[in-house]
Amino acid sequence: MIEFQLDAGSGVATYLQLVQQVHQALQLGLLKPGDQLPTAQQVVARLAINPNTVLKAYRDLEREGLVRARPGQGTFVVRTLPRTDPVAQARFLASMAEWLRSARSAGLGPDDIEAIYRTAFRDCFAEGVA
Amino acid sequence: MNAIVETGAVGKKYGRQWALRDCTLTIPAGKVVGLVGPNGAGKTTLLQLAAGLLTPTSGTITVLGGQPGTSPAQLAKVGFVAQDAPAYARLSVAAHLRMGDWLNPDWDGELAGHRIERLGLDPRQRAGSLSGGQRAQLALTIAVAKRPELILLDEPVASLDPLARREFLQSLMEVVAEHGTSVMLSSHLIADLERVCDYLVVLVASRVQLAGEVSELLASHHRLSGPRRDPGTLPANQEVIEASHTDRQSTLLIRSDGPVLDPAWTIRPVTMDDLVLAYMSRARDAETSRRPGLEVVR
Repeated sequence: MIEFQLDAGSGVATYLQLVQQVHQALQLGLLKPGDQLPTAQQVVARLAINPNTVLKAYRDLEREGLVRARPGQGTFVVRTLPRTDPVAQARFLASMAEWLRSARSAGLGPDDIEAIYRTAFRDCFAEGVA
Repeated sequence: MNAIVETGAVGKKYGRQWALRDCTLTIPAGKVVGLVGPNGAGKTTLLQLAAGLLTPTSGTITVLGGQPGTSPAQLAKVGFVAQDAPAYARLSVAAHLRMGDWLNPDWDGELAGHRIERLGLDPRQRAGSLSGGQRAQLALTIAVAKRPELILLDEPVASLDPLARREFLQSLMEVVAEHGTSVMLSSHLIADLERVCDYLVVLVASRVQLAGEVSELLASHHRLSGPRRDPGTLPANQEVIEASHTDRQSTLLIRSDGPVLDPAWTIRPVTMDDLVLAYMSRARDAETSRRPGLEVVR
């Protein structure tokens, strides 16, 4: 069983935080098919959030085909997500570090670099237009 | 009818002063509704109208399909916890529960007993010696044990310390999860409301400024910043709620039913805090400009 945490200052909607934590747990192998997710009551009793938020997160996960609700029993993991390839992760970490060093030696400060990263990230994932 | 509270231009006047005016709302069932606004905005009046403790001066209000407070059946459907969770100081916790049993036809004594036990309250203790958090929990227990379809709470956590506040909201949300009860609560603590509410009503100066599903409200509002420009040049589907300018930059909070496509803007999502503050200050500014007398005096 996993335990959800909330980051109140993150600006990410609560139900999305729950969805992302399940995704991460699947990618890390902390959750496997057959595992049960905490019930809405359990999550609510811990985090003091609206139960509809939990149900919304679980519905989203169900729509993705990752979990299934069994009436009267709870919500169970039915499919897992591929683990992120550690070799690919290391490769991109190295090239990112390389890029950051060259940006810094070109005279860019942390704020410039973050702004560039955010812009590129947004363009890549077409975010920010709700 | 699937609305917990439905009002049609409802208003309440005390003497010559409107405490609530032209309030039209339709709140769907199963929601946890947050009622926000400055002091004196009409939040308590709206809650008391819904509870049947007040009768409207004008307009209509329907709660769970009936007129508030007009019949025993109607009273049984609604639980009300008044501001500061009043209790009878000289009566014990157990006596409060016995009283709840006498006064409420559908009283769930088992539920009440369980809650008191789980909260670790001594049934023999007098309510007057309970801490603020314990008294609030006692009041909530009584409201819950009558098994209402709707619980109304007026500033339930305002006087509680952070831990008691969290515990109170946890138990309230457990009730919602277990019984599917609808809830309407007023509070100034947006961070709390952000966690628990899925419907928001902003009341300022006796009028409703904003009402809707939290997720829809957050999705339809954006904060834009970019090179200075006149808000009047925005597309017609973008309503400016709040604008501030420096000599070079404009920052706007807009409501838009479609995506914002102008590449000149940096777009950020809004939080519930942003929304509440933007609508509150807009209403306050409108109020001050409506009273030119004040300008003359100054």
